[in-house]
Amino acid sequence: MQSLSVRSSLPWLGAFKRKAVLTTFSVLLPVLSASAMAADLTIGFSQIGSESGWRTSETESIKAEAERRGYDLKFSDAQQKQENQIKAVRSFIAQGVDGILLAPVVETGWDQVLKEAQRAKIPVVLIDRGVAADPSLYLTKVASDFKEEGSLAASWLAAKTNGRCNIVELQGSVGSSAAIDRKTGFDSIISNFPNMTIIRSQSGSFTRAGGKEVMESFLKAEGGAKNICALFAHNDDMALGAILAMKEAGVKPTKDILVVSIDAVPDIFKAMADGEANATIELNPHLGGPAFDAILASKKGTKVDKWIKANGPLYLPDTAAAEYAKRK
Amino acid sequence: MKKNNFLHKHQKTLAPLLSLVLIILVTASITPGFLSIKIVDGHLFGSLLDILHRATPTALVALGMAVVIGTRGIDLSVGAVIAISGAVTAVLTVNTDFPVWLVVLCALGTGVVCGLWNGILVSVFNIQPIVATLILMVAGRGIAQMITEGQIVTFHSDVLDAIGNGYFLAFPIRVWIAIGMIVLTVLVMRKTALGLFIEAVGANVRASRLVGIEARLLVLSAYVFSGFCAAMSGIILAADIRGADANNAGLWLELDAILAVVLAGASLAGGRIYLLLTIVGVLIIQTLTTAILTSGLPAQYNLVVKATIILAVLLIQSPKTRQWLSGFFSKNKNAGKSSAGEASTDKRSAKP
Repeated sequence: MQSLSVRSSLPWLGAFKRKAVLTTFSVLLPVLSASAMAADLTIGFSQIGSESGWRTSETESIKAEAERRGYDLKFSDAQQKQENQIKAVRSFIAQGVDGILLAPVVETGWDQVLKEAQRAKIPVVLIDRGVAADPSLYLTKVASDFKEEGSLAASWLAAKTNGRCNIVELQGSVGSSAAIDRKTGFDSIISNFPNMTIIRSQSGSFTRAGGKEVMESFLKAEGGAKNICALFAHNDDMALGAILAMKEAGVKPTKDILVVSIDAVPDIFKAMADGEANATIELNPHLGGPAFDAILASKKGTKVDKWIKANGPLYLPDTAAAEYAKRK
Repeated sequence: MKKNNFLHKHQKTLAPLLSLVLIILVTASITPGFLSIKIVDGHLFGSLLDILHRATPTALVALGMAVVIGTRGIDLSVGAVIAISGAVTAVLTVNTDFPVWLVVLCALGTGVVCGLWNGILVSVFNIQPIVATLILMVAGRGIAQMITEGQIVTFHSDVLDAIGNGYFLAFPIRVWIAIGMIVLTVLVMRKTALGLFIEAVGANVRASRLVGIEARLLVLSAYVFSGFCAAMSGIILAADIRGADANNAGLWLELDAILAVVLAGASLAGGRIYLLLTIVGVLIIQTLTTAILTSGLPAQYNLVVKATIILAVLLIQSPKTRQWLSGFFSKNKNAGKSSAGEASTDKRSAKP
């Protein structure tokens, strides 16, 4: 282990030299453990931007994971522009990083730059979104499965209501993959229960104001809450808006209408702690671990799945107060 | 014949009003209970109330927009101003000990500053209104995101809650606020010479300057008024969800406001303002939205249905259709009597 201390005393030599030193040692000492070898990985991470709280926590989680493992993480914020991401990936290739994490802002237009990375033998891991390119061009995709999130919400609701429930649904933005897949996943489960039906379904555009307005109209159209057993919202923000609408109409959320939603934003934990929401499923932002593991595995020559599903757990009110304190 | 004259004289007023009534009636026939109004907790409760409640932010913005359009301008930045004033409201409520009236004053002040910015670009630097206000439309949302640091900032304040969702004399407080603003604006525009001046500037800047109207100041104040109205709307929208959503608050609201002004029969070329009809236009748009939501229509049809009906209303309003319709009626009622003269009498009816 003396060799390691020598190496760490030479940080000014820069990433390239450190890597060269490491390579020498790893040739000399093939028994060097994987974690020690990993200590010197340099990873490039091209993030979309910081447009939502979720994305910010994803960035922070990946940075923290890299620090924990002692990786050198080169971070680039693309500010919602694909051209910035392509530039960032090219500069990562030029710097000769060991792996690239890419959260693609759009699906198309990545073939060229992915080919360049492949030619440089640098594995690319897609983070939280997919691309429309040949799967051989990237190592893997680490992302949640929206369908499974929808299914999980439906399974929880089926168990909670013994398969007997009139559901109102707040869809996300029409045509978005999160809205389509969460609906598909949810429907696939409730179709097994003849007494579970979606009586109303409308788009609340993933926003609080949208969720509130649509829930108001649901309550008017159904003549109050007596015919509604549960609300399934494609994201927490719409659920939070709907909870306001219920309270203003004199309906008690969780008592008159069960509330289940997806994402696990901090405010929904507050609502759960206050007894106004029943369950949320986390859209997992902790994608750094599985992504780095995939890069390590590919370095060792292990085959990696093309889609590593990193689904988050379902949270219930009992842990809500603690989770809220943690996330605030 | 007298009745026919009445129809002609008020065609412009009647078209939007009849469209509104028609939309409400059709919806009521599709959705049972749409017209029912109950009293819950001492205030009115029902879909029609929802329409009024939901229409207030758009109505306030449309009021400012109507005045700006009257000066031959346009204000694309109102949606962004809504986001900014909402953000200011939320952040000040959460992070400072300011009393509510000061928070509201600061938020309104931000709107006035935004309006001043637009107005100076348009009236002092002579930048085309669509370009000048586009700058703030794009940048403003970014400013709001900077204020909220990209998060939805939730707050709690009893007074703001009341503004967003409280009731007074059985009606939502925000509806009273909107009514107050509308009455005030109509009085100022119609009982003083200001309305006439603004329309004159919109119709012909040079001529109005020659007769001694301070055109520059008038245009500037129109944008300030619009910014003020947008800020009011922003406070209400933030109070409504008890949080400032910089990404989504007031998104595309500028387009609804412009549409409402146009539905009222105003010309984007300026010189004509119909304040009360603009409010009818807002109600048409909101009734459609609420009707679609209560009807159980699949979400992906929302926009197409809305657009089709708006198109129909606009077609009914177009001078060509009206000419054609009035020709059709006169031929039926008193065969042969020429209607060409009458059809062109509705050039400029200066009414709110």
